[in-house]
Amino acid sequence: MYTQAMDLIAKEAGNTTPATAEPEAYQREFDAKIDRGDFIEPKDWMPEGYRKTLIRQISQHAHSEVVGMLPEGNWITRAPTLKRKAILLAKVQDEGGHGLYLYAAAETLGVSRTELIEALLSGKAKYSSIFNYPTLTWADVGVIGWLVDGAAIMNQIPLCKCSYGPYARAMVRICKEESFHQRQGYESLLVMMREGTPEQKAMVQDAVNRWWWPALMMFGPPDSESVHSPQSMRWGIKRVSNDELRQKFVDATVPQAEVLGVTLPDPHLKWNPERGHYDFGPINWKAFWDVINGHGPCNRDRMAARRRAWEEGAWVREAAEAYAEKAKRRATTHPTAA
Amino acid sequence: MTQTPTDTPRRDEWPLWEVFVRAKNGLEHKHCGSVHAVDARMALELARDLYTRRQEGVSIWVVRSDQIVASDPDAKPELFDPSADKIYRHPTFYRLPAEVDHM
Repeated sequence: MYTQAMDLIAKEAGNTTPATAEPEAYQREFDAKIDRGDFIEPKDWMPEGYRKTLIRQISQHAHSEVVGMLPEGNWITRAPTLKRKAILLAKVQDEGGHGLYLYAAAETLGVSRTELIEALLSGKAKYSSIFNYPTLTWADVGVIGWLVDGAAIMNQIPLCKCSYGPYARAMVRICKEESFHQRQGYESLLVMMREGTPEQKAMVQDAVNRWWWPALMMFGPPDSESVHSPQSMRWGIKRVSNDELRQKFVDATVPQAEVLGVTLPDPHLKWNPERGHYDFGPINWKAFWDVINGHGPCNRDRMAARRRAWEEGAWVREAAEAYAEKAKRRATTHPTAA
Repeated sequence: MTQTPTDTPRRDEWPLWEVFVRAKNGLEHKHCGSVHAVDARMALELARDLYTRRQEGVSIWVVRSDQIVASDPDAKPELFDPSADKIYRHPTFYRLPAEVDHM
C-alpha cells in the first residue's frame, strides 16, 4: 500500500517492532529476500541506506519527469498541426503523471510530498541532465521522443524488476506509456525525412546532432566512476550497469538512424564484429558534470519555471482547500437535502 | 486542517487516498496507486486523470489511506506460516487413479 499513514496506525495499535528483535536478524532476512529475488514492500524492515538510496533515486526520477514537461511544453502552442498538438499534449500529460506515480512511490518510504517538492524547488535535489538543453526547433520534439525517451526506456525496463515493490510497479506503468512517446517521436521525424523539404530534413539532422551526445550521457558516468553502482546492484535497485545500458542503446539506435536517413554525429561510430557491438567515440564528461552542477544551457530557466508554476498555482491550492472546507461545513449545517 | 500560527502559507499536506480501479465489469477493483486530494470528490477526479487515461477502467474507488488497517509484517509468521503445513487443503494432495484424475 502506498501510505506512510499506516505505519502510524500500527504504532498506535502497539504493533511496533518488538524491543527484543535483533537488528541482525532483520538484516539477514532482508539479505535473504534480496538474494531470492523477492520484493521488499513499504512496511518491511529495510536498512537505512537502502531506504535513503531509494528516496534519492525515486525522487530524482520524479523530479526529472516533472521538469521534463518543460522542454516539450515549449512547443505545445506551436505544434504544426492539430494532430501533433493533441499528441504532444497527451505526452506532456503522461510525463506529469509519471512524476506523480513516482512521488507516491517515494512517499511510501516515509518522506512527504511537501519535502520532495521543496527539495526540487530549493535546488537541493537533482534531476536528469537531459532536461537542461533547449528545444530550438519542432524537430527537437521528435528527437526527444526518439532518443531521449528511447534512452529512458532502456534505463527503465530493468527497473520494472527492481527490488522495491512500489517503485517496480510504478515503472511497469511508466514503461507501457513511454513506448507511445518513443514511437510518436520517431514517426514525426519519419514524416519530415520522407515528405519534408530540404530545410525540414536539415532541421531533423541538426536536432539529432545536438541531442545525440546528451542522450548518451543520460545513462550516467562510466561504470569505473559510478559511486553508488555496486551497492545499488547488491540491493537490486539497479540491475544493469550504466555502460552496458549505453552500449545497448547505441546498438539499438544505429539501425533506426539508418532507416530515418540521418547520420549520428560520431566519426568513431563503427560496427565491431569481434565485440558484436558498435564502437563509439569518447564522451565529454566534463560537459556532463557542468550540466549536473547547474551550468547547462537551461538549468536556471527550468528551475525558475518550476518555482513560478508553484507560486502562481498557490491560489488554486488555496481555493481547493477553501472549497473543501465550505462543502464540509454545508454538509454539517444542512444535513442532506435528500 | 490546522492553521499554522505564523503568516506563512499553509503547508500541511492534503490527505492521501488509495485508488482502486475496476478494469471492466466482471473484474474486481484493483489497487493501482494513490493521490493527494482535499476531499473525496477531488480524489476521484485526480484518480480519473491519473490512472484511466487509456481506458484502464470503468469504475474507481478512492479510500483515505489513514482509514486502511494493515497487518503487521512482523506478524507474518504467526499469521501466514500455519497454512504451510496444511497441504491437505489443496486438491493436489489427493492421488486418484488416472481414469478419474481430471475430477
